[in-house]
Amino acid sequence: MKHDARNFENNDIPEFSLPDSFLQWFNHKGWQPRAHQLELLARNQAGQSTLLIAPTGAGKTLAGFLPSLVALSKLPKLKPGQKKRGIHTLYISPLKALAVDIKRNLEKPIEEMGLDINVETRSGDTPASRRQRQKLNPPQILLTTPEQVALLLSNKDASTFFEDLETVIFDELHSLVTSKRGQLLSLGLARLFKLRPGLKTIGLSATVAEPDDLRRWLMKQPPLGEISLSELIELKGGAKPNITILKSKERIPWSGHLARYAINDVYQAIKEHQTSLLFVNTRAQAELIFQELWAANEDALPIALHHGSLDVSKRRRVEEAMQNNALRAIVATSTLDMGIDWGDVDLVIHVGAPKGASRLAQRIGRSNHRMDEPSRAILVPANRFEVMECQAALDANYVGAQDTPPLQRGSYDVLAQHILGLACAEPFLEDDLYEEITSAAPFADFSKEEFMRVLEFVATGGYSLRSYEQYAKIKKVEDGTWRLTHPRLAQQYRLNIGTIIEAPKLDVRLTKKRGKDANFRGGPILGRIEEYFVESLVPGDTFMFSGQILRLEGIRESACYVSKAQAETPKIPSYMGGKFPLSTFLAEGVRKMLADPDNWGRLPEQVGEWLAIQKEKSVIPQRDELLVETFPRGDRFHLVAYPFEGRLAHQTLGMLLTRRLERAHARPLGFVANDYALAIWGLKDFNRMIRNGELSLSGLFDEDMLGDDLEAWLDESLLLKRTFRNCATIAGLIEKRFPGKEKSGRQMTVSSDLIYDVLRSHEPDHILLQATRQEAAHGLLDIRRLGEMLSRTDQRIVHKDLQQISPLAVPVMLEIGKEMVIGEAQDALLEEAAMEMLEIS
Amino acid sequence: MTALALQNLDGMAEMAFCGNMLVVEPSGCVIWPEQKLLVVSDLHLEKGSSFAARKGVFMPPYDTQATLEMLATRILHWQPETVISLGDSFHDEDASLRLPNSYRQNLTQLMQGREWVWICGNHDPTPPENLGGTFAQEVHIGNLHFKHEPELEFRVGEIAGHLHPCAKIRQRGKNVRRRCVAGDGNRLILPAFGAFTGGLNVKDKAYRDLFDLERLTTWMLGRDNVYRISGKQLVY
Repeated sequence: MKHDARNFENNDIPEFSLPDSFLQWFNHKGWQPRAHQLELLARNQAGQSTLLIAPTGAGKTLAGFLPSLVALSKLPKLKPGQKKRGIHTLYISPLKALAVDIKRNLEKPIEEMGLDINVETRSGDTPASRRQRQKLNPPQILLTTPEQVALLLSNKDASTFFEDLETVIFDELHSLVTSKRGQLLSLGLARLFKLRPGLKTIGLSATVAEPDDLRRWLMKQPPLGEISLSELIELKGGAKPNITILKSKERIPWSGHLARYAINDVYQAIKEHQTSLLFVNTRAQAELIFQELWAANEDALPIALHHGSLDVSKRRRVEEAMQNNALRAIVATSTLDMGIDWGDVDLVIHVGAPKGASRLAQRIGRSNHRMDEPSRAILVPANRFEVMECQAALDANYVGAQDTPPLQRGSYDVLAQHILGLACAEPFLEDDLYEEITSAAPFADFSKEEFMRVLEFVATGGYSLRSYEQYAKIKKVEDGTWRLTHPRLAQQYRLNIGTIIEAPKLDVRLTKKRGKDANFRGGPILGRIEEYFVESLVPGDTFMFSGQILRLEGIRESACYVSKAQAETPKIPSYMGGKFPLSTFLAEGVRKMLADPDNWGRLPEQVGEWLAIQKEKSVIPQRDELLVETFPRGDRFHLVAYPFEGRLAHQTLGMLLTRRLERAHARPLGFVANDYALAIWGLKDFNRMIRNGELSLSGLFDEDMLGDDLEAWLDESLLLKRTFRNCATIAGLIEKRFPGKEKSGRQMTVSSDLIYDVLRSHEPDHILLQATRQEAAHGLLDIRRLGEMLSRTDQRIVHKDLQQISPLAVPVMLEIGKEMVIGEAQDALLEEAAMEMLEIS
Repeated sequence: MTALALQNLDGMAEMAFCGNMLVVEPSGCVIWPEQKLLVVSDLHLEKGSSFAARKGVFMPPYDTQATLEMLATRILHWQPETVISLGDSFHDEDASLRLPNSYRQNLTQLMQGREWVWICGNHDPTPPENLGGTFAQEVHIGNLHFKHEPELEFRVGEIAGHLHPCAKIRQRGKNVRRRCVAGDGNRLILPAFGAFTGGLNVKDKAYRDLFDLERLTTWMLGRDNVYRISGKQLVY
């Protein structure tokens, strides 16, 4: 059956064909092929690459695979003795569980239509035997992850393996492209385009702010700054979700992220719905809410916990129970990696503020896979500022709009990893490879010089002291090609592939033994926990994990041993703060709401009162003003500023202000930042210094702090060291750690901090340090946002000289004690300990 | 022999050890002024290049330079007559061969005009190539014994390295971890001095049989100061 453009509003849609067997299948199901599904089919058949933007539940997956199913159904049967066909379609998703789910959903129509199409998955968990077989006897459709694509491309036989490839489908493209994973995948795509020049791509994405970024990403970019965009099919979102803010009679706390106060209301909501998903931002939050829910669970409703640190078998059990409709609620983190059908979920509860609208929209989308029915969601603000944030989000009709970060330029470390991978596959000419990598959108503006520096880095480390020539990994030989110098390097590369650098983790093992000399061994594994968190504890400390309160007994090799604690509340609040800072858009909304007392009536009474007292005792800042309060408290003096620019930008600001206050001899001791404000404390009276003219606030907050002060601080910053570790690992300088190999001979390995220090003092312009600074400036430090804030509030600082803490300052002041200790402050702690020793003796 | 002038002890810690007065520096060197002696441990020179040679991992090739520069400032400051490098001075047996010429010259210059002892370590069991100095399993000066690996058998006055001691305190809910000199009055273990060397917490069981834990004291190395902290204040 032939169709043409008359069926569509849009006239330039090419002709296409949908075989009768498919139409019959649709009819049999009582469905109609949807317009976007047919358009995607038409474009693919015409050889066009396409981005499909559609909300959850729009039949995106079927749309994505329909062109391949149709094409494969039309292929003639192989005659005996004829060469087997290779992979026709490659499907790539960020989550391996998604691939498993898709396979299930895909096999159904294939079976029902009686098609002879073989679908297989491949991930890091796939047994070696199956992976080997897949190489010899590939399926027509392979569902896999970005890392596997890189691995396949590094094989010597990559060009034959992909010789029949027609279509590549990228699922959840919006979340893929914003990470380094996406960068690596874009380079892989450039290689696939080279192997198969007629290749067609299909991107499946949720709504994004800049669809053109994704359209560019899907295409081979022409040289010389021209831009090539894929076709675009955009489906506007279905029914508007029904979102409310939780109304509670309980007192809403000043600060914190745990929303304990709302537990009974949340429990009530779970009781009133069939299946609820309760999303929180971090593992620790999930643990606590789960525990509190069970404490309130009078009816013994089946409520489960699911987060990435739990042991895999535990997670699978929860997923199965969910599929069998055996659960009433799951408490889960945003990293949820579950291959389950969400169809029966009728309520999403979101604890915390809607920091990133795109994340919230995605979460709410989950509560209903049927597009035409509204989803129901309840926002549970955990503190008073979050109440305002939630209200701002609803006022602006914000949910559903997307604020995914803009596409970032490719990074050096990712390119380095890719170059080595390609060298493992076959020798290359530098000019050819340069042309290839600049055809990937994130790397399109790379200069030849930048490329050569990365190439040198791969070859010999790229140090100006060229001392490693004799050990080069790749070498340019007489015919001008670069070649791998030793096959062992290919093996090493394959072990270290990927761009997801997880914080080192330890197994959590349950033991009955106690005491410092206990000989720990064995014991059931509860899950894995970040090493840096465990290192902040000492034996005897209690913390929450796996739904229970545990007591740390000791650390041995790659495991920490814990026992069940009797305590009711854990001693260590393992909460690391909201991972996702307040978005620019919402910050503006909150500032606006704050500056408009006439509108406070719409907020819960206690929040309105809180603001009213602030107005009386201090000042309510106008939208473009920066309020700075100073006051004494205890034996210290405090300075609190309210930029509302998110925790990351505030942390950066805190570091820089502390340096400046030090120079002004104000003797600052520390600072703490949250999403809304930042508090600095010190030994000298800030008020008096300002009065006497020893300290000028406009000077203190001058934009020029982003110059030398920033440079100087950056180099010593802990954050930068952590970023360096990631870059160095991706670039292959630091080997990934493997379970079991960790911690063996700890003093014999070189820590990335030491490497960083040495490199910084001897070759500050090294390519890895450049990569580190670039990444930090974009991500961790939010420097762009800080800069915008400083210029916006220039000459608009409102100072309020107070005798005591103001209502608005309470939330951030309550976070004191959770702050990081940095640089000189560490030495102050040592001094204190040394003094204590003198007092003892 | 006259004692080294104690011109400026800012940031350093004096300690009495088996009847001798020693000085611990924030750099991790220990000075014995009376003997005009400087002792330093676990330099692990050319550790960076050993990764390139063995594994094709290109660590910044500046660790030797960083270590030697720091050592040079300490030697210029104290002008010791004797320098003892307590073993694992080189990261592997070929390290002294890989030593770039300019560094070799820097090192030879440092060694000039003073007695220089390379104590043998497990990483460098043989003498370094073409560098001079005395090579020894251990040396004895006064009532003190200098050796790479601490003896399990009890011996008063031993100064050793090998274990790369570091210590951790917990203060106001925060942990601070630093390299340290560790001692119990009878024995002293020096921290690793090399730029690429890590540390092993003194609470580890590796130290259990070496110290009288009741009397364990550490001198933790701060940025500009040395802090004397009792073993009882430390955490693992």
